[in-house]
Amino acid sequence: MSASMTRRKAVNAVMMTLSTGAAVLGLVVLALILMHLLVRGAGALNLAVFTQDTPSPNAAGGLRNAIVGSLMMSAIAVAIGTPIGILAGTYMAEYGRFAKLSKVIRFVNDILLSAPSIIVGLFVYQLLVVSFGHFSGLAGSVALAILVIPIVVRTTEDMLLLVPDQLREAGLAMGWPRWIVIRQIAYKAAMSGIMTGVLLAVARISGETAPLLFTALSNNFFSLNMTQPMSSLPITIFQFALSPYQNWQDLAWAGALLITIAVLALSIIARLVTSRKEKS
Amino acid sequence: MTAASDIDTRSKNPVAQSDRVFGALTLAAAILVLLVLVGVFISLVMGAWPALQKFGPAFLWTKSWNPVTNKFGAIAPLYGTVVTSIVAMVIAVPVGLGVAIFLTDLCPRVLRRPLGIAIELLAGIPSIIYGIWGLFVFAPFMQSTIQPALIATLGKLPVIGALFAGPPYGIGLFTAGLILAMMILPFIASLSRDIFGTVPPMLREAAYGMGMTRWEVNRHIVIPHVRTALVGGIMLSLGRALGETMAVTFVIGNAHRISGSILAPGTTISAAIANEFNEATTPMYVSSLIALGLVLFILTFIVLACAQWMLRRMKAKAGV
Amino acid sequence: MDTEIRERSPISFQGIDPSPKARISIRNLEFFYGQTRALKGIDLDLPENQVTAFIGPSGCGKSTLLRILNRMYDLYPNQRATGEVLLDGQNILEKGTDLNRLRTKVGMVFQKPTPFPMTIHENIAFGLRLMGVAKSEMDGRVEAALRGAALWDEVKDKLTASGQSLSGGQQQRLCIARTIAVEPEVILLDEPASALDPISTGKIEETIHQLKEQFTIAIVTHNMQQASRVSDRTAFMYLGELIEEGETAQIFTRPRNEQTSDYITGRFG
Repeated sequence: MSASMTRRKAVNAVMMTLSTGAAVLGLVVLALILMHLLVRGAGALNLAVFTQDTPSPNAAGGLRNAIVGSLMMSAIAVAIGTPIGILAGTYMAEYGRFAKLSKVIRFVNDILLSAPSIIVGLFVYQLLVVSFGHFSGLAGSVALAILVIPIVVRTTEDMLLLVPDQLREAGLAMGWPRWIVIRQIAYKAAMSGIMTGVLLAVARISGETAPLLFTALSNNFFSLNMTQPMSSLPITIFQFALSPYQNWQDLAWAGALLITIAVLALSIIARLVTSRKEKS
Repeated sequence: MTAASDIDTRSKNPVAQSDRVFGALTLAAAILVLLVLVGVFISLVMGAWPALQKFGPAFLWTKSWNPVTNKFGAIAPLYGTVVTSIVAMVIAVPVGLGVAIFLTDLCPRVLRRPLGIAIELLAGIPSIIYGIWGLFVFAPFMQSTIQPALIATLGKLPVIGALFAGPPYGIGLFTAGLILAMMILPFIASLSRDIFGTVPPMLREAAYGMGMTRWEVNRHIVIPHVRTALVGGIMLSLGRALGETMAVTFVIGNAHRISGSILAPGTTISAAIANEFNEATTPMYVSSLIALGLVLFILTFIVLACAQWMLRRMKAKAGV
Repeated sequence: MDTEIRERSPISFQGIDPSPKARISIRNLEFFYGQTRALKGIDLDLPENQVTAFIGPSGCGKSTLLRILNRMYDLYPNQRATGEVLLDGQNILEKGTDLNRLRTKVGMVFQKPTPFPMTIHENIAFGLRLMGVAKSEMDGRVEAALRGAALWDEVKDKLTASGQSLSGGQQQRLCIARTIAVEPEVILLDEPASALDPISTGKIEETIHQLKEQFTIAIVTHNMQQASRVSDRTAFMYLGELIEEGETAQIFTRPRNEQTSDYITGRFG
């Protein structure tokens, strides 16, 4: 074997070892994070977390108001964001497929998809908090909805474009109006993909903190009033983790574990929805 | 025979009417997406206007951040944003590419799918989780172990020693950069893996057929083939790192200053906004924070726009 | 016979062979994909209750022509047609044309079977319901359509199964059933059997024979035996032009044009 071949093989061995090392390092670090989260979070998790509201320092309590607030705001955000996202995605894949406007919107949507969420918080603060004069759960929902929309737009467009044109043409050839063809044929074929997008959007917003800081703010009491400041899990974690009180820090870990479980569960369900579809 | 006029729309049939309504609805939703971005920009400019008027372009390079004298400048948080992002990219890009090469080329076939899925799932974990872990676990570890070691070794070197000077605070720019790196690592890894997956198998096989080693195939064939998309993907990650708030805010130290050492506490644009917005008392303070937001928005917009452009070019090339 | 048809027809036939009454008349039709001219000055009649077959090598424009007759090309940008396509005396290329109504009059069956993601029953009933067919009539209309497409006996016990669960040949007959259910005047068949096995193809061809008693049919095929089996008239197209058109027997036995003869005898294409 020539000297150059030996050298090449040595370089290859070094680089491949580094690559494997990178994978091991990455996985170890990420596993460490999950492990700490599980240990500290599970240690702080008990029934009171779900049945009691956020306590004062060094008193017993739970996260009930924060959990309920997060659920309500996420639900309303999805209720606002999903139809808008689906309609916009429908425009891009169907009515406006060949329009220049669709290209512009695709670009804008991709920017929104990765734009800093704290900026969205500032926008909604100016739009709703300043004009109504106070923080509110509704403002928080709108901020989260703005994060939902681009995800749903993207998946809707992608999924509708996967529906074969033949099927669309067959519907139109029956003399059906376009919106019936979209509803009865395109949406039906794309439904599981769009559902995946919605689930991923829920996963994304369930841990979002920055957009809620100056929209929903927070609330130490149980409240179902969307027009008033509303508590949420991420904000509670943020406030409690940075506090000097042990019981608050424990609740922060418990909240962090809950969010992670929710996000992972949603992402896994989203995958199952798609893979079931692929099999059939 | 049927009347000739009944395939004529001028008889305004309700079916065609309903189609127009639905079409208009989808168009309205699409335009709303556009308006959100425009609205974000306009609202930021409006909110930042008092500060921009008072400080002018000097806002960008003024160091002072003083609520008492009402004098504000963006350079310290801008510096922190750039430094933490550089630290994050310098670490996460090579490691992420390594992970991607491992996943496409080296990983035993049985592990390929589960590991790939694990990485994708990790990419979806919210940043506040990384933040709380950084605060309670990683920063103390940095303070007790890593930072003293860095100060004792790299800190002694000429020139770059200044970067690693000072007491080990635990929190600070470097720690924040590392947390950011961990957060974007799964994102970079899964994105690069997808991009590597677009290389036609024929191309790889041909290269192996010429007797190239694995590393040579990746270095000379795969990476050049997907270069544009890879740079696009890295820019996309950079866009995320620049705007990331929660992973950073916990461990940055929130100090409006520029130190020579990257171990020192600092702040980033998003951390400053997150920490101070609700406590900002004067209108000029609020306006200055929104002006910071405007700077961040413009910065990330440029980075993300470049990323889109590069990823599109790749798609066009692949004929997708 | 000729005179009688001339009296009834709303269209004059100057310069064209005497033929049965035309359901669709194509006059000086040109078609463009962007700058490319895909059809050149087509003049042709589709006679009522007859099967007209379009043959020719791939890319000759036969499918393009078919897709003009129900304005399917409207879906895509940069495609336009000029000239006249008269259906019952009305030029369907005109701007004001109600495409939904046009397409219920001119049905189409595609090369690949395209059952909708619905039950077998719904595949047919859905379109009928849109047309305002009453619930009480529905089952009867569905059965009639399935019988018309020679599918009834095979599916009568599983009408609630998904249309996509059927075999390829059954799917294609379901598409035919769905099309005839809305009682169009014209049926366009775009290589309806090219994706099917010989037995299914035979069934489809039989169905076509039955259907022409009720409908005017245009079929695109690249299978010349099929054209000679199912059609009354045959049109040979080449490079976007209509080279020759006439009775199928004549085209296949005594073609007037040399290109037609070359194609039919397999010398090119």
